[in-house]
Amino acid sequence: MSLVGATVKRDFLLAARNPGEWLNPLMFFLMVAALFPLAVDPDPKFLGKIAGGVIWVAALLATLLSLDALFKADVEDGSLEQWLASGESLYAMALGKALVHWCISGLPLTLMAPVLGLMLNLPQSAYVALIASLAIGTPVLSLLGAVGAALTAGVRSGGLLLSLLILPLYIPVLIFAASSVYHAGIGMAYNGQLGFLGAILALSMCLTPFAVSAALKLNLSR
Amino acid sequence: MWQWLVRLYHRLGSPKWFYEITEKWIPWLVVVSIVGAVVGLVWGLAFAPADYQQGDSFRIIYIHVPAAILAQSAYMMMAIAGAVFLIWRMKMAAWVAKTIAPIGASFCLIALLTGAIWGKPTWGTWWVWDARLTSMLLLLFLYFGVMALHQAMESEDSGHKASAILSLVGLVNIPIIKYSVEWWNTLHQPATLKLTEKPSMAIEMLIPLLIMLVTTYAFFALLVILRTRNEILLHERKRSWVKKILES
Amino acid sequence: MTADTGQPIIDLKAQALFCERDDRVLFQQLDVQVGNGDLLQLAGPNGAGKTTLLRLLAGLNHDYQGDVFWCGQPMAKAYPDYAAQRLYMGHLSAVKKALTPIENLRWLTAAWCMSDEQLWQALDAVELYGYEETPCQQLSAGQQRRVGLARLALAPQGTGPAPLWILDEPFTALDKAGVAWVEQRLQQHVESGGAVIITSHHALEGIASLRQLDLGAQA
Repeated sequence: MSLVGATVKRDFLLAARNPGEWLNPLMFFLMVAALFPLAVDPDPKFLGKIAGGVIWVAALLATLLSLDALFKADVEDGSLEQWLASGESLYAMALGKALVHWCISGLPLTLMAPVLGLMLNLPQSAYVALIASLAIGTPVLSLLGAVGAALTAGVRSGGLLLSLLILPLYIPVLIFAASSVYHAGIGMAYNGQLGFLGAILALSMCLTPFAVSAALKLNLSR
Repeated sequence: MWQWLVRLYHRLGSPKWFYEITEKWIPWLVVVSIVGAVVGLVWGLAFAPADYQQGDSFRIIYIHVPAAILAQSAYMMMAIAGAVFLIWRMKMAAWVAKTIAPIGASFCLIALLTGAIWGKPTWGTWWVWDARLTSMLLLLFLYFGVMALHQAMESEDSGHKASAILSLVGLVNIPIIKYSVEWWNTLHQPATLKLTEKPSMAIEMLIPLLIMLVTTYAFFALLVILRTRNEILLHERKRSWVKKILES
Repeated sequence: MTADTGQPIIDLKAQALFCERDDRVLFQQLDVQVGNGDLLQLAGPNGAGKTTLLRLLAGLNHDYQGDVFWCGQPMAKAYPDYAAQRLYMGHLSAVKKALTPIENLRWLTAAWCMSDEQLWQALDAVELYGYEETPCQQLSAGQQRRVGLARLALAPQGTGPAPLWILDEPFTALDKAGVAWVEQRLQQHVESGGAVIITSHHALEGIASLRQLDLGAQA
C-alpha cells in the first residue's frame, strides 16, 4: 500500500477517534446561520432572499476553522518528514489530504445545508442548486485551503493568518455559488454559475497540489 | 546572443552589480519623477478640459488610474520575481519581491482612496461596490496576505519562499477574481457609469494621463531601487565592497 | 539493486560537501562514503551540524553544495530507488498519539507491505506487545519512541526491507535495556550486510566496523 493511501486511511481513523474535529465546524455552521435572523430581521421574505448567501458565507467560515489543523500535527510530530523520506509524490499526498478534509468538512456541510435552508426560508426551487453548488464548491475550498494550511503550518496561531491569506482566493467560488442559489430561487437559469464552479474545481485539482507540496517543504526543520 | 543573455542573468543575480548600476539611474529617475509629476499634475488638474458629464471631479483620474495600473502590474512583477527566486534561487529576486509588496500595496491604497474621493461628488457616496473598486480591494487583501506571511515565517528564507508561493497562487487567481467580480457587478448594477472614459478619451485628456503613467512607473522604479539597495546593504554587510561603501 | 549473492548493494557517496548555517560554515570539502557492512557514526558537539549532514545524506536537506550519489546516480535522479532502500528515523517519532502502537506501525511501514503478524512480532521485540487497545497518548515517552524503533526489528534475518538505516539520536528516551537492544540490532544489521548512518551522543562500543566522522574537527 502506498504511503498516500495509508495516510488517507490513518486520517479517517484519527477523525473517527476525535469526533470534535468534524462535529465542531458543523455546529459552528449552524450557529453562524442562526446569527443572521437574530441580528437583522427574521422576516421570512427577507431571509429567503439572503439565505443562499448566508449559508455559503457560513460554510466558508466553518471550513476556515477546520483548515488550521490540516497539516499542523503532521509537521509537529514528524509525519511530514516521513512523507518526504518515503520518496512518494507530495502532489498525490496533497490531493489525499484535501480529499480527507473534504470528507470530514465539506461533505457534512453539504449534507446539513438543507436544514439551514429550512431555517432561513430558502425558496423551494433553490434547494437543488444549494446542494449542487456546495458539492462542487466545498472541494475547491478544501484544495485552496490546503495551500494556506501548508503555508502556515509552522506558524504560531496560524489560523487567523490562514484565513487572511485564503479569503480573497475564495471570493470567486462564493460569488458564483451564492449567485447560483439566488438565481435558482427566483426561477432563473443557474447552469452557467455551476459550470464555472466546475471549471474552478478542475483547475484547483490540477494546480493547487503543486503549491501545497512546495509549501510543505518549507516546513522542514533544519 | 545566448552568451549575452547568460551574462545578463548572472549580472542580475549579483547584488554588487545591481548596486553599482542603479547608482547611476537614481538621479535620472528622480528628475523624471519630479518633472513628470509637475507637468502631468498641472496639466491634468488645471489645463485639461473638464469632462462634460462629471465636470472637474473626474480630474482625480490623473492620480487614480496610474495608481491602479501600477498596483496591478506591481503584483505581477512581485509574483514573477518570486517565481525567479523559487526556480533559480536568486537572492536578488527575493529581495526585489519583498520590496515591491508594500509599495504595490500603497499604490493600491491610493487607488482606492482616490476612487472614493471620486465617488463622493459623482455618486454621492464614499464607497460603491463597483467592479473595479471591488477588484482593487481584493488586490489589496492579496498584498496584505503576502506581507503578513513574510512577517510570520520564522526564517527569512522561508518567508521569501512562502510569499513567492502565495503570490504565484494569487497571480493565477487574479484573472478569475476579476472576471467573477465583473460578472457579479453586471448582475447588480445594470447601468454603471464607468470609472474611466476609455479609448474614446479626448487627446487633451489622454496626454497628461500618459505623462502621469510614465511618471508613476518612474517613481515606482525609484522606490523599489532605493529599498532594494537597502536590502542589499543589509544582507551583504559582511562583504568587503559593502564595508568600503559604509566606511566612505 | 542486488549483487550476485542476492544481497542489496548499498553505495552512498558524497563529494565535496559544503554547508553553512547562519553565516557559519558547518563543513566544507567533505567526502562521505557508505557501503555494505558500514556503521558510520557522525560525532561532534551540539550545533556542529551532525543532524544537518545526516538529513543531507538522507535526501531531506537540499541546502548545500556538492554532490551526493546513490549507486552511481545523482541523488535527485535516484531518489525514489534510494528512498525504497532506506529507513529514516528523525528526532520526531511520527507517532500519532490518538492511535494504538499497531496502527501507528502499520502507517510507518506502509510501503513495505508487512502482515499484521510480522508487525506484532516486531512490537513484541520492543516490548510493546499487548497494547492493542492503548492509544499512544497513554504510553511513556520511551514507549512511544519504541513504536518507531519497532521498524528496526522487522525481518531479523538478512537486512530486512530497508538495507540502509539513517537514524538520528535513536537512543533518546530509552532505558538501559532499550539501549542494549538497539545496539544489538545495529550490530546484527551491519553483520548481515546492511549499513547504518547514525548520530548519537551515546558511545557505541564493540561494533567491529564502526567508523566515526567527527564534525567538530571539520569547521
